[in-house]
Amino acid sequence: MGQNANHGHEEHHIIPFSILRNVCLALLVLTILTVFTAKFIHLGVLATPVAFLIAFVKAMLVMAYFMGLKYEGNGNRIIFGTGFFFLAVLAFFCVLDIWTRLPVQDIFS
Amino acid sequence: MSTVNQTAKGEHHYAHHFRDAMHEFLTSKEGIWVFMVTEILMFGGLFVGYFIFHALYPETFHEGASHLAWKMGALNTVVLIASSWTMALSIHYIQRGLNSKATMCLIITILCGFIFMIVKYFEYTSKIQHGLLPGKFFHYHEAVSQQLPLYFGFYFCMTGLHGIHVVLGMSLIGWVLYRHLKGEFNPHYFTAVEGVGIFWHIVDLIWIFLFPLLYLVG
Repeated sequence: MGQNANHGHEEHHIIPFSILRNVCLALLVLTILTVFTAKFIHLGVLATPVAFLIAFVKAMLVMAYFMGLKYEGNGNRIIFGTGFFFLAVLAFFCVLDIWTRLPVQDIFS
Repeated sequence: MSTVNQTAKGEHHYAHHFRDAMHEFLTSKEGIWVFMVTEILMFGGLFVGYFIFHALYPETFHEGASHLAWKMGALNTVVLIASSWTMALSIHYIQRGLNSKATMCLIITILCGFIFMIVKYFEYTSKIQHGLLPGKFFHYHEAVSQQLPLYFGFYFCMTGLHGIHVVLGMSLIGWVLYRHLKGEFNPHYFTAVEGVGIFWHIVDLIWIFLFPLLYLVG
């Protein structure tokens, strides 16, 4: 490098060791929490939403710090966000279709 | 990669159509993020299917999950989280010029991938032996729910596709490790490590959802 006049006007961000370590520890603690809530507490109908909520928090940590989206510009966040947006569109119309055709069991029997 | 130029010393020079090295880095990374969108959509379809059929046949999914070894799933979760950490650390160390530490991190990441696949092998073998297989291959005689083959269809498709990603990720990290050992990366150029890292993290990300949904909640 160094032969270019623009060199140095933008530098790579180094994510500190302590942040990476803490994120890893948080993910491990949340994994224990997932197992604990699912296996040792009987949450009934809340089991799936709770498991999903913990998974969502873990996913946010991975995306923000390991994948570095916290340190990115908005461009890449929007790009990645479109994936989830269209996934939501897919889920919405699939659910809408099936849940408006009752009785549901008849469709599959 | 045809536009990546390497000088005799192995130092990276950005392709001529980029303004500067950072421009090349950001462009490459944007491409990786677009690729990640396709990954979300590919796995997303399976997740939407899972949620719909889970809502239709909750007992089936509960029975299916009871056949899975959740302790093995939990072990694999820990292994993947650790590997994601070492992957992120390898980039951290390359950026700080600590090359031997980065080498160690990349090797540990690949080893974690191997551990994950070995655990998966034991899980799959047990399911195959008991006849807990998708669709017409299902021949487990003590099944209560008639739709149990459907659950194992989801199980094998989702974990199988994920497993393929683990193997691909390991190969890519191997390629990055090879280039790293050749001294191609430095604090100013580590684009391939960054890209492969993002891919490896999405493998972790998907498992974070697969583990509770398949093994725990069911």
